Amino acid sequence: MNIIIPIKQVPETGNVKMDEETGTVVREGAASIINPLDLYAVETGIQLKEKLGGKITVITMGPRSAEKALREAISMGCDDGVLISGKEFAGSDTWVTSYVLSEAIKKIGDYDLILAGERATDGETGQVGPEIASFLDLPMAAYTSRIVELNTESVVVERLIEEEYEMLRLSMPALLTVVKEISYPRLPTLRGKQRAKKIAIPVWSKDSMELDEANLGLKGSPTRVVKISTPQVLRNGMVIPADDEESTVRAVNQMLDFMREKNLIR
Amino acid sequence: MNYQGVWTVSENDQGKLKGVSYELLARGRGLADKLGNELASVVIGHNITDEAVEELIHRGADAVYLVNDPGLRHFVVENFSAVLRDLINVYKPEIVIAGATTYGRTLMPHVAVRVNAGLTADCTELDIEEGTGNLLQIRPAIGGNILAEIKTPERRPQMATVRPNLIKHAEKDERRKGEVVNVEFKAEWIDRRVEHLGFRKSEGENINIQGADVVVSGGGGLKKKENFGMIKKLAESLGGVVGASRVAVDRGWMSYPHQVGLSGKTVTPKLYIAVGISGSIQHLAGMKTAETIIAINSDSDAPIFKVADFGIVGDAFEVIPALLESLDHY
Repeated sequence: MNIIIPIKQVPETGNVKMDEETGTVVREGAASIINPLDLYAVETGIQLKEKLGGKITVITMGPRSAEKALREAISMGCDDGVLISGKEFAGSDTWVTSYVLSEAIKKIGDYDLILAGERATDGETGQVGPEIASFLDLPMAAYTSRIVELNTESVVVERLIEEEYEMLRLSMPALLTVVKEISYPRLPTLRGKQRAKKIAIPVWSKDSMELDEANLGLKGSPTRVVKISTPQVLRNGMVIPADDEESTVRAVNQMLDFMREKNLIR
Repeated sequence: MNYQGVWTVSENDQGKLKGVSYELLARGRGLADKLGNELASVVIGHNITDEAVEELIHRGADAVYLVNDPGLRHFVVENFSAVLRDLINVYKPEIVIAGATTYGRTLMPHVAVRVNAGLTADCTELDIEEGTGNLLQIRPAIGGNILAEIKTPERRPQMATVRPNLIKHAEKDERRKGEVVNVEFKAEWIDRRVEHLGFRKSEGENINIQGADVVVSGGGGLKKKENFGMIKKLAESLGGVVGASRVAVDRGWMSYPHQVGLSGKTVTPKLYIAVGISGSIQHLAGMKTAETIIAINSDSDAPIFKVADFGIVGDAFEVIPALLESLDHY
């Protein structure tokens, strides 16, 4: 079972603080990490490899420093990493990112399964997984919460949709985007860390793949960010104390009045 | 070739239209009117009734592209993508919008690649730029802490998914007339590599926190699983469903489908009540666009109060039982 896992390096939102005055993010000092939702894909891949053998290749497109994210995935148990990097790729939107990752996956070749996180915690588009499936014309299940059955011919999965779970059978090779419910990511092992430290990670540029240069980077991207604003998100509503029986009753009554005013209860 | 008109991709469940379809019509009508163009809606499925199609017209569609066939009974992205790709290639709409639901967020990226179009995810606002007539797509990112305005200057159609439950459904006007285009089914749309095997309900619980008008969520402040009992009661008495913070899910108090936030679901109910949730950025990202937010927390400095319309600083184990009692006598 050969698996390819596209991952993304993102700013660590866990350490990002909110400026209480402006209600915006203080990004200084925020470290870069593997997109936390990609860890579920990495863990799922490692579990499949442990059961069925084979090899896992993690790939990412980003600045040279994104190599760290690949090494982190390798320290968990992935085998190889490929970094796609170069100034031509800067400013790529999801369409271009998926296009480049698809071409990289074609070049790596010989895969049975592509596993991807549901979305990244920075851009939050959730588009790159489905777009890679579309570029590569692979059967896809998005929001996969469980692999029910898997063999060389096909994979049966459950996907989490709004109201319930849906079961699908996909012929292989296939692409799954996974949600948190599918696995619990392991920590890197010491041996894994040592291997990850030493392993050579090839860096692919635009010339390493069959790419149409008109489709790269900012100029190749169909969409363009034209403005960024930091919205005022604070509502600062009335906050009242409930520290003894009397004030609790008062607070509850005020809450009910508030809900009645808003027509939330009659 | 000239791209013209605004399309919404309606959603249906076994032929019955979902509410998000009418919300999309309200968005689409506004855009079409600004452009002075037509609004059309695409419905793909099986057993879609004439009444359902009429309703789309009554609520603002000038035309409905109806693709109604047993082969399209279930949403299989490969099949639906092939249908939408063909329709876009034939009729060339300028703008195509769908809900930022599991349906829209699976289907639209798949189609965007096939038709070489730009796609913007999970928009909270859409507008038309004066002068150019371009679609302005506004969406939150980085945990909802920035708003990005995005354009698709050249490629057509301009595609976007839109966060559901943010605006009112388009009004019904039974005098409205429109055209119905019955699209003939093509066997080649069906991808034999994918098979829908069935659905499974989550046992004994309602997990549809994205479709609920009221979500009552519990967090780490509840201390143990059993204490979710009062959260469930409160949700029940308000006609809502139960949500949970990441902490509550990671500790096994509630199952993952209930999780609200960056690694869970984004919800936009009319009322969101956060109990014992401090309000990390990750959690706020998943509920900040709720219409009304009420927070109950023992820590007066908890960030959740900053985004709340109403807050109570107090012990949830005192406040919630008192609240339940009042609601009982209500």
